[in-house]
Amino acid sequence: MAHAHDVHAHEHEHHKETFLTKYIFSQDHKMIAKQFLVTGLIWALIGGFLSILFRLQLGFPGMDLSFLQPLLGKWIVIQKDGTGQLDPDFYLQLVTMHGTIMVFFVLTAGLSGTFSNFLIPLQIGARDMASGFMNMLSYWFFFLASVIMFRSLFLETGPAEGGWTIYPPLSALKQAAPGSGDGMTYWLIAMALFIVSSLLGGINYIATVINMRTKGMSFSRLPLTIWAFFITAIIGLLSFPVLLSAALLLIFDRSFGTSFYLSDIFINGEALHHTGGSAILFQHLFWFLGHPEVYIVLLPALGITSEIVATNSRKPIFGYRAMIGSMLAIAVLSFIVWAHHMFVSGMNPFLGTIFMFLTLIIAIPSAVKSFNYITTLWRGSIRFTPAMLFSIGLVSLFISGGVTGIVLGNNALDIQLHDTYFVVAHFHLVMGSASFFGMMAGVYHWFPKMFGRMMDERLGYVHFWLTFIGVYLVFFPMHYLGIAGFPRRYYTFTSFDAFNIFADLNSFISVAAIITFSAQLIFGFNFFYSMFRGRRAPANPWGSTTLEWTTPVEPGHGNWPGQIPYVYRWPYDYSKPNADKDGFGDFIPQTVPYAFTPNSNLPHENEKVAFEKEFMIPEDTTLEKAQA
Amino acid sequence: MASTTVTVSNAQDKTSPWFGGKSPMNASYGKLMMWFFLLSDAFTFSAFLVGYGMVRFMHPAYDPAVHGEFKFSTEYWPIPEYVFNAFPGFHGVHLPLVFVGLMTFILIVSSVTMVLAVEAGHRRDKEAVTKWMLWTIIGGLTFLGCQAWEWTHFIMGDPQSPYGAAGGFIGANLIQNQYGPTPFADFFFFITGFHGMHVFSGVILNLLVFHNTVYGVYERRGHYEMVEKVGLYWHFVDLVWVFVFTFFYLV
Repeated sequence: MAHAHDVHAHEHEHHKETFLTKYIFSQDHKMIAKQFLVTGLIWALIGGFLSILFRLQLGFPGMDLSFLQPLLGKWIVIQKDGTGQLDPDFYLQLVTMHGTIMVFFVLTAGLSGTFSNFLIPLQIGARDMASGFMNMLSYWFFFLASVIMFRSLFLETGPAEGGWTIYPPLSALKQAAPGSGDGMTYWLIAMALFIVSSLLGGINYIATVINMRTKGMSFSRLPLTIWAFFITAIIGLLSFPVLLSAALLLIFDRSFGTSFYLSDIFINGEALHHTGGSAILFQHLFWFLGHPEVYIVLLPALGITSEIVATNSRKPIFGYRAMIGSMLAIAVLSFIVWAHHMFVSGMNPFLGTIFMFLTLIIAIPSAVKSFNYITTLWRGSIRFTPAMLFSIGLVSLFISGGVTGIVLGNNALDIQLHDTYFVVAHFHLVMGSASFFGMMAGVYHWFPKMFGRMMDERLGYVHFWLTFIGVYLVFFPMHYLGIAGFPRRYYTFTSFDAFNIFADLNSFISVAAIITFSAQLIFGFNFFYSMFRGRRAPANPWGSTTLEWTTPVEPGHGNWPGQIPYVYRWPYDYSKPNADKDGFGDFIPQTVPYAFTPNSNLPHENEKVAFEKEFMIPEDTTLEKAQA
Repeated sequence: MASTTVTVSNAQDKTSPWFGGKSPMNASYGKLMMWFFLLSDAFTFSAFLVGYGMVRFMHPAYDPAVHGEFKFSTEYWPIPEYVFNAFPGFHGVHLPLVFVGLMTFILIVSSVTMVLAVEAGHRRDKEAVTKWMLWTIIGGLTFLGCQAWEWTHFIMGDPQSPYGAAGGFIGANLIQNQYGPTPFADFFFFITGFHGMHVFSGVILNLLVFHNTVYGVYERRGHYEMVEKVGLYWHFVDLVWVFVFTFFYLV
């Protein structure tokens, strides 16, 4: 790098840091990001493990589970024949908690919380988030929510069991199920705190991106990661409050006797006083969050992979503006499609058709994105780093899971497929696995920036291939189960003749799930081992153009020791023709002015040289020195 | 880190406001955050009001042709004018929406005094800020007091009401009420209560700003931006009330 900045001129002024201020109550966005990441990974482990437990029941009904008794205690019920069986209520609680944990605690907080915090200030050229204090609060609200949700696993009556969508009246009436008692109360409190955390974080991300970009970092020069985080934060800001409203009304129905969602219910031979409410109201409010939520989960992953795919194809991202446009389109559409989750709730078929129409439109921006990924890869000098493999894996999952979305979005077909394993297969591929792959890609790619060390590549490859193949082996067969009408959330299917023939397939899925889950332990080992023992990272291991790689290998609080670099070009100047004549390799960092690259400039870029000299270079002292 | 936030654009700077290195909307990050918080809070209230609308229209409306003379009944949604027609000291007099109209007027006036406080802050006139903040606080507290009276009256009910008692019940709680179907009182308590909570926290914020103004905190800081930020919140709370008033009392 001929024009590297002369940094390290003077060490950034540090306050005395104690263990408590550095690792616990840190206001440094990088440390908060790591807190979110580690908490998210722990949640992923728990959430994944819960799914293995209920997969055992589904894959091997009647299997003796008494070996789990030391762990699960009374949830393993010893039968008359001496075998241990999973408690049917606990099965539903496992499903509920798996969904809640994965959607909110792993793929919202663990993904968005980690990478928005880590990358926004580093990639826009800011010393920290707009408000470090609110950022810290955001993590600690999340932590508190985590503690309460975790605690609910150990309640006498077990955690919530109404499904992650907690539809009333099941979730509203304590008499309805053991998990609708204290477990549901804990769930609601934890989620209310979670929403507060997400709002504190989101407001901060938005204000930071708008106000704190370094000079030259206009919106048309933002890396796609930042665009994705920015749009995600806006979606979250507008949809999470509606979940808060839904949850508050549910709390009142549960604890104070109101009738917002309840009407005319007899339970255990007793007539309840609730009258006049509407259970459908809850579904509308829930899915007004619920649908945008899947994009809150997915968009950051798409942003992360856009960046990784361009970097490791050594090519500019194909259709930068189209990428932004389609993300914006997805964001807008995500708010007007929610009722496609409710086609069978008795809604007017005409209204259903409108929602179907709007839903199917989402296929267009999604297809644009897929197309752009593939065309970015097309004829690129692809480097298959683990991050790149996971990114390509995301593209694959995004397409194969997205295609079934077109099927499900159809309100006629949905009558057959609603609440079957077809739905499970669809969203686990397109939202669950794709977002998880984006998260993994991000961890592998930015690990050197986070911890100053490299992760082991070989273990990364093993992790990727086991996960990639495993995910398809788990979720692809579910399509067949779903088309045959196999329903979700059933504790036992062997008592239905129609589904007995699927026993083999279910066993197969369970074995694949166990292998896939075990493969994640390889990642866990790699992650924590590399954190302490990994190879030392170079300053810019992937040859990336973006700003975070202009910081020291292990940036302190404040990110850049000297002046914050200015930005002169977009983030995708990879393999620019004639860059070698300007003294660059196959990438030109964002901090290099067009004035320094006369040979590789395009005609319209040459026109910007005068502008740079007038407004940028005189103020940018580091570049003046570089020029001299 | 916040000190690096805003670089005020000078006259020679011909770059676009969104070019980076400056605040594109000439608003500090704190003010932006308040705006975005209010946007999200608007969605919270909207969800409640939409829910209210949905449940209300699930119930039949009062129709003289079907139901005859108006009486409170669990069979149909009550007409608000017959529910909210009391005024302190005028027992038995039919004064539809007069009291809530007064409350609304008080809240709107407190918004005006808040505008005057913000304006005084721009002039860095400490005395004027102190005065107008105090009036705003008084307005907010008066509103809360009125709400307390209204709630009390709503909960106690009126055994001599000319419109009778729906289900034979006098007064209101979360399970049954004198005026109409159960969700009528449920939504009344929830929405006006949630709004009242916002007013209450607004008054607390106003008191903090008042305290800081009196003790010269903003004078030393060199600007009264905090008055503006809290002012945004206060106006928002007033605006929400306009919607609550419209959908709960007027229609």
